[in-house]
Amino acid sequence: MSTGAEAGILPIAKGAPRVVRPSLARLRGPALALVVPVALGVVWHLATAGRPYSLIPPPSEVWAEMRDLAVGGVNDDAFSGTLWTHLAASLTRVYGGFALAAAAALPLGLLIGRVPLARALLDPLLQLLRPVPVTAWLPLAMILFGLGPRSAFFLVFLGAFYPILVNTVFGVRSVEPRLFEAAAMLGCTGPAQFARVVLPAALPSIFTGLRLGLGFAWVVIVVGEMTGVQTGLGAIIMEARQLSRTEIVICGMAVIGAAGFVSDWLVMSLGRRLLAWSPSHG
Amino acid sequence: MADPTVPILDMRAVSKTYLAKGRPIEALRDANLTVRRGEFVCLLGASGCGKSTLLRIAAGFEAPTAGEALMWGKPIPGPGPSRGMVFQDYGLFPWLTVRDNIGFGPKSQGRPADEVRDTAERYIALVGLQKFADAHPHQLSGGMKQRVAIARVLANEAEVVLMDEPFGALDAMTRERLQDELLDLWARTGLTVLFVTHAIEEAIFLADRVVMMSPGPGRIEAVHGIDLPRRRDVSSPAFNDLRRMLAAQLHSHHAPKAA
Repeated sequence: MSTGAEAGILPIAKGAPRVVRPSLARLRGPALALVVPVALGVVWHLATAGRPYSLIPPPSEVWAEMRDLAVGGVNDDAFSGTLWTHLAASLTRVYGGFALAAAAALPLGLLIGRVPLARALLDPLLQLLRPVPVTAWLPLAMILFGLGPRSAFFLVFLGAFYPILVNTVFGVRSVEPRLFEAAAMLGCTGPAQFARVVLPAALPSIFTGLRLGLGFAWVVIVVGEMTGVQTGLGAIIMEARQLSRTEIVICGMAVIGAAGFVSDWLVMSLGRRLLAWSPSHG
Repeated sequence: MADPTVPILDMRAVSKTYLAKGRPIEALRDANLTVRRGEFVCLLGASGCGKSTLLRIAAGFEAPTAGEALMWGKPIPGPGPSRGMVFQDYGLFPWLTVRDNIGFGPKSQGRPADEVRDTAERYIALVGLQKFADAHPHQLSGGMKQRVAIARVLANEAEVVLMDEPFGALDAMTRERLQDELLDLWARTGLTVLFVTHAIEEAIFLADRVVMMSPGPGRIEAVHGIDLPRRRDVSSPAFNDLRRMLAAQLHSHHAPKAA
């Protein structure tokens, strides 16, 4: 269930003492992380630079385009300086959809995990809808919400909803029964257990769900913005593709990657603070 | 609790039958036991003798299938703060600090925050964990965890402390320390303790009365008052006589029933 636990949350190397000097030791990780990307960049450069008919632009051209998108002054065309507008539009949809998904999936997950009636009522339906890929909802979303940003918003919501829901239910169902007994004999019974036992005990799983959900939100946003939306990173990629401006496509991809990376880092830092009590996080 | 003639706990012909895969398992048959206020009672027996079942019925985690489980003469309605439980696996809340684990009960009762904090501090001091007040359970040793578990039950003003082999997972030295500390607390606070164990020596060392139980189905065989003066010397002849006697009785329950 909680695939993110294995796939996502990397164990933090705990102070393995090395004989390397501290400053160098700290640079070792980032340095190693750069080896493969730099190598790929070099290959990319060698394969594309100086060939006028290459369909893929060389890195230098992409970099120039990136600066033009960000601050303008290079090409001075319709795309110049528009990056921030597009990024802001996508960020709004990603975080808006994600927040809505969390607001819906968390209470639902707590209920389904804990209340048999809620599970009997909702679980079969949700399980039935779960295998439907988010992209398959696109036509229906366009009918329901019209051609535009609201469809994108809805798709982001759907994409983030299931990972959060599934992991919340999993987290709630794996709370040690002993903790409910302990709470009960201390005078915490019934619905009060949701806030004081179920939620904190399920928090590690919930965070896995939030990370996965936010990741999916970034995947889905591009699909959502590819039809009938004027702004957004997905929209700019689509438009650039139609104009054969491949360097802009690559810029859009890079920005999505960076934005997704930063979001994930934010959620992970928050999780690390909230889960300091857990021997497997913290 | 006004009437001193009413026992704090009263088990009347309590039986418990579980259904395991459609087959009934008789965990406890016809158990009668009264515990008076301030008593230290040990339930002693091998696994499957129903001692934990009896304890869980007293806690309110299980309802008897037959008979009555009474506290102060009234049926036990379910788990509640008047009967605090100390589990062998501690059952501490891993996301709370020592202080907040101990404050959990008072907070659940709706006490104001400063009172919860004061109570927690007092019981942290009582079990000597001042230096670990801000630690989380996974940073504590087994003995410390069990001290927290005891403190959180006391902080909640439990009238009866139910202990389910609380020291079973600890090493021998820690176990002896905690036995002494528990007796000390018991003497100072006038607690009532119902303590489950399978260790004969532990039962004789701790209890006013030892309730001998035997398996298949779980039932109470005999109840022995332990009159040795406290603090009991485990190497004294009187202690050893008792140990031999209880051991012989305990083992006879397991011997094949001869004609």
